[in-house]
Amino acid sequence: MVVLKELATEELFASGHRLCAGCGEGTINRMTMKALRGPTVIVAATGCNEVATTIYPYTSWRLPWVHVAFENAAAVASGIVEAYKAMARRGAWKEHVDVIAMAGDGGTYDIGIQALSGALERGHDFLYICLDNEAYMNTGIQRSGSTPHGADTTTSPAGSVIPGKPEWKKDLIGICAAHGIEYAATASPAYWNDYVTKVRKGIEVSGPAVIDVLSPCPLGWRHDSAKSIEMVRLAVETRYFPIYEFERGKYKLNLNISKPKPVEEFLKAQGRFAHLFKPTYRKDVIDEIQQNVDTNWNRILKLCAN
Amino acid sequence: MTVEGMTGDEAVAHAAKQSNVDIVAAYPITPQTIIVERFSKYVADGEVHTGYVCVESEHSALSACVGASLTGARVFTASSSQGLALMHEMLYIASGLRCPIVMGVANRALSAPINIHGDHSDMMGSRDSGWVQIYVENAQEAYDWTIQAFKIAEDKDVQLPVSVNLDGFIITHCMEGVDVLEDEAVNKFLQTRKPIFKLDPKNPITVGALCFTDYYYEFKRQQVEAMCHVQGVLEKVCKGYKGVSGRNYGVLETYGMEDAQAAVVCLGSTAGTAREVARKLRAKGKKVGVVKLWLYRPFPAEEITAALGHVKALAVLDRAISFGASYGALCSDVISALHTLKEKPHIFNAVYGLGGRDIQPSDIEFVFNEALETAKTGIVKEPTMFLGVRE
Repeated sequence: MVVLKELATEELFASGHRLCAGCGEGTINRMTMKALRGPTVIVAATGCNEVATTIYPYTSWRLPWVHVAFENAAAVASGIVEAYKAMARRGAWKEHVDVIAMAGDGGTYDIGIQALSGALERGHDFLYICLDNEAYMNTGIQRSGSTPHGADTTTSPAGSVIPGKPEWKKDLIGICAAHGIEYAATASPAYWNDYVTKVRKGIEVSGPAVIDVLSPCPLGWRHDSAKSIEMVRLAVETRYFPIYEFERGKYKLNLNISKPKPVEEFLKAQGRFAHLFKPTYRKDVIDEIQQNVDTNWNRILKLCAN
Repeated sequence: MTVEGMTGDEAVAHAAKQSNVDIVAAYPITPQTIIVERFSKYVADGEVHTGYVCVESEHSALSACVGASLTGARVFTASSSQGLALMHEMLYIASGLRCPIVMGVANRALSAPINIHGDHSDMMGSRDSGWVQIYVENAQEAYDWTIQAFKIAEDKDVQLPVSVNLDGFIITHCMEGVDVLEDEAVNKFLQTRKPIFKLDPKNPITVGALCFTDYYYEFKRQQVEAMCHVQGVLEKVCKGYKGVSGRNYGVLETYGMEDAQAAVVCLGSTAGTAREVARKLRAKGKKVGVVKLWLYRPFPAEEITAALGHVKALAVLDRAISFGASYGALCSDVISALHTLKEKPHIFNAVYGLGGRDIQPSDIEFVFNEALETAKTGIVKEPTMFLGVRE
């Protein structure tokens, strides 16, 4: 845990970026920058965060920042980490540089998973942050492997036969943990202290670390942009998005939600689930989602008990 | 200098080792694999300071190379065929971000059907990707050009990636005597890379920003400018390398062209066969010549015109098909280089050797005779012929 006044006052993520009002990514970027321990390079995958913070000739980043392509943030980070080490071996580089890769859920759960898996297996010392807003928001809200069941997106539209995305969200942390890495965690920007602590932990471990941080998207989730942080708090309070970590082989629940709100509260607050309430109340789908939330929560509790 | 027996792949690996690369990120693919195997052994034996990033795909290979190159490191990779195709997206980004990466390309046919043998389909499919492209004739050239490639790529006026292309199996796997320089001589010739921009927390830069209609075009125009600098830099580098090695390189090499009536233009290992056939024909009084291009991108149009403008007929050998186009890629380039001449040679295209199909001296003799006939009659019988194929 960190104390607010201990956080860096320096703003390495400048204001004046062009992210949407209420976008979680701006808040998460700023918090991430507060958790740095020293010289750092950011690698960004193609996505909202890249297109809205580095429109040439402007940049919001006051530290070295690189965007190469969509599916390869982890691979680019691998090259950077090893290059500093190699140059240090021939005396051409001195200081240690931390490397953080940032990608959306499309760039992580889907198109970037191979590069991520390779980098985790090779064990490069870097932190990978997935800004998980649960769909391809940059291209106009298409479903990804992270989009929740029942969500209405432009490629999993709520139709008269199919009520939104039929599939369930992928278990990213499980996939990452299966690589035997030292650290993986989920986080929500509604709990800044938890997130900042985790970023710092992820930087400090000597190998790769992954954080999947839930990032509210007022445009894609369709909620009031003033209520973004409320949404990702509700996601935690309903047990929809459990906050836990995997550290040196052990799972730990970071936020115990002893009296969960029904997931319906999270669903009805967002337009992407509106079709589950109107014109017909789809109790069947909502119940199914609630059941999945309960099963997942129990699964995580079990992991944490071991 | 010592002569060592090595294959083309081994020669490339040896050159990369002597070039003191900081990072190699690569993925195995036949017939390139020996390059990365040899390099892995240098790393395992502690002979180099290089970080070897053993990536999970060619796409990640070039991605890691781009990241490494942006830190200011000297970077090498190698690939072939399907691997190069998988890198396609990254080829454009490597050149667009002005990363002076050197890649050994063991030229191989593209699927389908799958085939592991040599032709130029792979790199020809990437000819517009903004990479400098060099084609070599044998293991010695593979060695020499790999070293020179770093010097060209990293020149302040170039800052572009360079591919050194060697014919799959014919060069990659064929054991030859290679005259190898002393490590110290290579060090002195190459020196360390001096990046213009790098990822340095003390002087932060943003790389790979989004450029819309207002700036994108200017970035591409600057790449054109960098390409324009390549030839001059290459000639300077070759001059310097001659001083070190005694071997003389440039944008192209000619044989018998002073008085040639008919000529063959080609890339890579076929040039050796073509020269030998030309030598025999010249001994019989037939005025034929050969032009071998070392530099294919940027295309040395002026030198091509100077070397070929005077001949009556010309056959361009293409070891790749450009489906749906009038000619193969090399032939199209030669034709466009010569199009401003008032009196142009009669030109025809001979496609050959796809999927590693052997090209025999008799095939080339046939082409020379066709060219001589065309020189005499002024009639191109067949604009594109397919050598050595069952019709």
